Amino acid sequence: MLRLPAYRYHAPRRLSDALELLARFGAEARVVAGGTDLIPNMKHRLFEPAHLIGLSRVDELHGIEVSDGWLTIGAAETLSSIASHPAVVASTPALAEAARHVAGPQIRNRATIGGNLCLDTRCTYYNQTEFWREALGYCLKKDGDTCHVTRVGKKCVAAHSADTPPVLMVLGAELDVVGVDGSRTVRVEDLFVADGIRNLRLQHGEILVRIRIPIRPTSRAVYRKLRQRGAVDFPLLTVVVAGERGDNGRWSDIRGVVTGLGSRPRALTGWDAIASDGRLDDDVIESLAQRAHAQCHPLENMIVDPDWRRAMVPVEISRALKALRTTTAD
Amino acid sequence: MSHTTEVVRLHVNGDSVEVGVPAHFTLVEALRYGLGLTGTKQGCDKGDCGACTVLVDGRPTLSCILPVQEAEDRQVTTVEGLATPEAVHPLQDEFDRHGAAQCGFCTPGILCSAAALLDGNPEPTRDEIREALSGNLCRCTGYTKIFVAVEAAAARRRGR
Ligand SMILES: Cc1cc2nc3c(=O)[nH]c(=O)nc-3n(C[C@H](O)[C@H](O)[C@H](O)COP(=O)(O)OP(=O)(O)OC[C@H]3O[C@@H](n4cnc5c(N)ncnc54)[C@H](O)[C@@H]3O)c2cc1C
Ligand code: SF4
Ligand code: FES
Ligand code: FES
Repeated sequence: MLRLPAYRYHAPRRLSDALELLARFGAEARVVAGGTDLIPNMKHRLFEPAHLIGLSRVDELHGIEVSDGWLTIGAAETLSSIASHPAVVASTPALAEAARHVAGPQIRNRATIGGNLCLDTRCTYYNQTEFWREALGYCLKKDGDTCHVTRVGKKCVAAHSADTPPVLMVLGAELDVVGVDGSRTVRVEDLFVADGIRNLRLQHGEILVRIRIPIRPTSRAVYRKLRQRGAVDFPLLTVVVAGERGDNGRWSDIRGVVTGLGSRPRALTGWDAIASDGRLDDDVIESLAQRAHAQCHPLENMIVDPDWRRAMVPVEISRALKALRTTTAD
Repeated sequence: MSHTTEVVRLHVNGDSVEVGVPAHFTLVEALRYGLGLTGTKQGCDKGDCGACTVLVDGRPTLSCILPVQEAEDRQVTTVEGLATPEAVHPLQDEFDRHGAAQCGFCTPGILCSAAALLDGNPEPTRDEIREALSGNLCRCTGYTKIFVAVEAAAARRRGR
């Protein structure tokens, strides 16, 4: 049995009520959506908020719709709804695919896309019971002062392990965020910083309201996930590639994001020069894959061999690009 | 920190009940320790194994990571609610016939996931069954007997 620390639960129906509760309880409060990340973490005593503010019943955080060339998804929509929603499947199939590959079916029935974007970073030395962590003397990310992965350094390198953010990044998605002081828009690619202790550029008390994804008829994206078992497991490596397909069959703006390795999803660089003439033949794909390999340096933040995870980067990138090449026009 | 007790109103297996529980209880704790419904199992207690699966508004849900207040105003079905006073659920009967339960610890959760599958899809393929049960771990059976039992239960329900 893993008991939760004591807290009071609040279930506001309106966004303004949620913001008011956040203002009232300040640092003592934390929002929870599906709870599939936060509740296990609380059982491990990684967070002990005195007040939980449930977002699942807040009206403004729901709804999936397409209008004016944008797909809009409420932050509290579940991954199961997203995976099977006709508008998502039709306009951004890679997002539906990523949602379908998170955890297992029961978790996807509760887990939200907002929570997926805000997923805490993960590490072998962190996602453990209090008993386990205490025995090791804790670590930098929580309650301690050393990192058991880097052993030196004062930086936490826990892994960003969420499946949908890399897809949202390659698609150029934007987030509407509200706080007690007003609202703002953040591009998903600007949401993350490379700090394992907290990798989000969100202030305490800010709520993610909705995700907006531009729909470009020319865009194609492919999502691939490497994990130990075919279900339930977090990614050991997730790769997403995308490009714009021209009428002449040539590609432009080939781009890629890799995650599951470091503390934030990594947008691959240097691909423009390699894929400049718009062809995606095997040689170009091999060069892009090698370029990705050179940029990824996973550490031992999970029990699976980092050398193997690194060696799989070009393999998965190459498989994803070959799949991208065969995506059909609508 | 000392805890607060709260009265929550739940709808479990068709009954509406009020139960006083610590405010930080999960649904599985309220079911087992508040209502004495011990059919739902508390396994890993952190979202990994599926033993605690119940249906919330018909959808398979992990009760070990669900704050109990999230189940209020929703219909909860546990393994105790699958049978009627007249007969066991066809899944329960076929699990028995096919030896799909060995130690039985995973069984209540698997029955709930499978019951939701059959309600939405009367004729699932083996792959659809595998996918629907992919969040329920079983350390005994090797799964094959479970899949066969679900297929048999689906066939029997269609026959009726
Ligand atoms: C066994 C298991 C396997 C898993 N496998 C995967 C996997 O393969 N891939 C994957 O990506 N994830 C996985 N997860 C993690 C988790 O289920 C998902 O990431 C899920 O999408 C998190 O969403 P949630 O609504 O449950 O988040 P919650 O737990 O409710 O919240 C997570 C964090 O986000 C914050 N938050 C939530 N919503 C908002 C909002 N609207 N605004 C601001 N902050 C917010 C919370 O305060 C909290 O810090 C797994 C979890 C388990 C237990
Ligand atoms: S990377 Fe280091 S500091 Fe960060 S969680 Fe792991 S052990 Fe702790
Ligand atoms: S007991 Fe809930 S998932 Fe294991
Ligand atoms: S029958 Fe023992 S775990 Fe499934």
